[in-house]
Amino acid sequence: MRKSLSVATIFVVLACTETHVWAEEILASAAASLTDVLNEISKDYQSKSKNTVKFNYGPSSGLARQIDEGAPADIFFSADLPQMDNLDKKGRLEPGTRKNLLSNQLVIIVPADSKLAISSPKDLLKADVKRIALAEPSSVPVGVYTSKYLTDEGLWDQVKPKVVPVQDVRATLASVESGNVEAGFVYKTDAAVSRKVKIVYEVPIDKGPKITYPLAIVKDSKRKDAARDFVSYVQSPAAKDAFKKYGFVVLD
Amino acid sequence: MIFSFETWQITLFSIAVGLAATLLILPCGIAMAWLFARKEWPFKSVVETLVLLPLVMPPVSTGLILLKIFGRRSPLGQWLYERGIEIVFNWKGVLIAMAVMSFPLLVRSVRTSFAEVNPRLEQIAATLGASALRIFFVITIPLAYKGIVAGALLAFSRALGEFGATILLAGNIPGKTQTLSLAIYNFVQLGKDPEAYTLLAITVALAFIFVWCSEWLVRTGKKM
Repeated sequence: MRKSLSVATIFVVLACTETHVWAEEILASAAASLTDVLNEISKDYQSKSKNTVKFNYGPSSGLARQIDEGAPADIFFSADLPQMDNLDKKGRLEPGTRKNLLSNQLVIIVPADSKLAISSPKDLLKADVKRIALAEPSSVPVGVYTSKYLTDEGLWDQVKPKVVPVQDVRATLASVESGNVEAGFVYKTDAAVSRKVKIVYEVPIDKGPKITYPLAIVKDSKRKDAARDFVSYVQSPAAKDAFKKYGFVVLD
Repeated sequence: MIFSFETWQITLFSIAVGLAATLLILPCGIAMAWLFARKEWPFKSVVETLVLLPLVMPPVSTGLILLKIFGRRSPLGQWLYERGIEIVFNWKGVLIAMAVMSFPLLVRSVRTSFAEVNPRLEQIAATLGASALRIFFVITIPLAYKGIVAGALLAFSRALGEFGATILLAGNIPGKTQTLSLAIYNFVQLGKDPEAYTLLAITVALAFIFVWCSEWLVRTGKKM
């Protein structure tokens, strides 16, 4: 009895040592807008690797602040460049690991059951398009980008009287979904999550705003090899397909 | 209603840590409330104001201060880290954020209930030879217990609703530090309204029960 117990103990100890050496738990701080796609990609990764990936989801500014204060994150997925630049300047990122991974695109959406013929920004001038939802064009980034884009196209002055300024992208989506407005401007990834709207026009990337999602490995990370392994998986063809499915533009 | 495993996990985690945070601040909160209600000392009003600050400050800024204090780059954070204690991105961070944010509510409620205990009763006990400690546990606490329980319930409800300080100090890690409030935030960000509403309903139900009990105790307590 005693012998079998000690044998069992040895096995348990061995098993523990082995998992400790080979399997690591990586923690990635990621922008909340990436939740669904990263959950899918990490599930796929974990089925192939011994490592597990946990995520800390939040606003990019808060995540950068945490890493700056030494929070034990291994990877940082940001939804905007300034936060990443800020950490880079402070020397908090592992040199050579920073990469611009994804981009997002402005799109025009209409209610899924809309009968209006809208296929380009010019069609927004038609008389039967009475209201267009847009995040506050003076302060919210997506609103600022859209008004700049329409100004460049020479359409802003005529579109402006129809604009219903709302709080943010989510509010834009909600007002189009409910049919209270004929059209709206949102990011493609936001449009992709709703079945009650359809995309009628995608603003070409070179004409729209530069929206970049960078990623990097954190310098203080204690699990850099595992982190590198996951970061390279995130750039694999399978992961790229997942990003595209959720409406992201994958940068090369 | 049948909830998913995640919903149960998030709900039970929030309740467990909220309960732990309330029990953690209870002894200290009662002692401080008594000092505020019964004693005069220098800079008392300054200390009182400091204790109440988390109640009115934006929770995110309280979270930022906590992150500065417990982060690995601070002296305290470094000291704890060397001893293998991690606060940031850990359930202990949730506990601390909840405790700090609930503390003022507890102290305020308990202080009021101590102030309502007639000091004559304590004085009479003293003339009969009871020690200060005995007076506190035999006269003051029993007469104020409803206010103390009400304060604890209020503190617990505040802990359950905590968001700003928690997301900065403990992060929003599903299965590890994600509470009801953090999960609701995430679902709203993703446009998953049905999931958000489910958790919201749980939060509202819990908060309603505890705030209602707390108010009831305060009301019946006053009649004595």
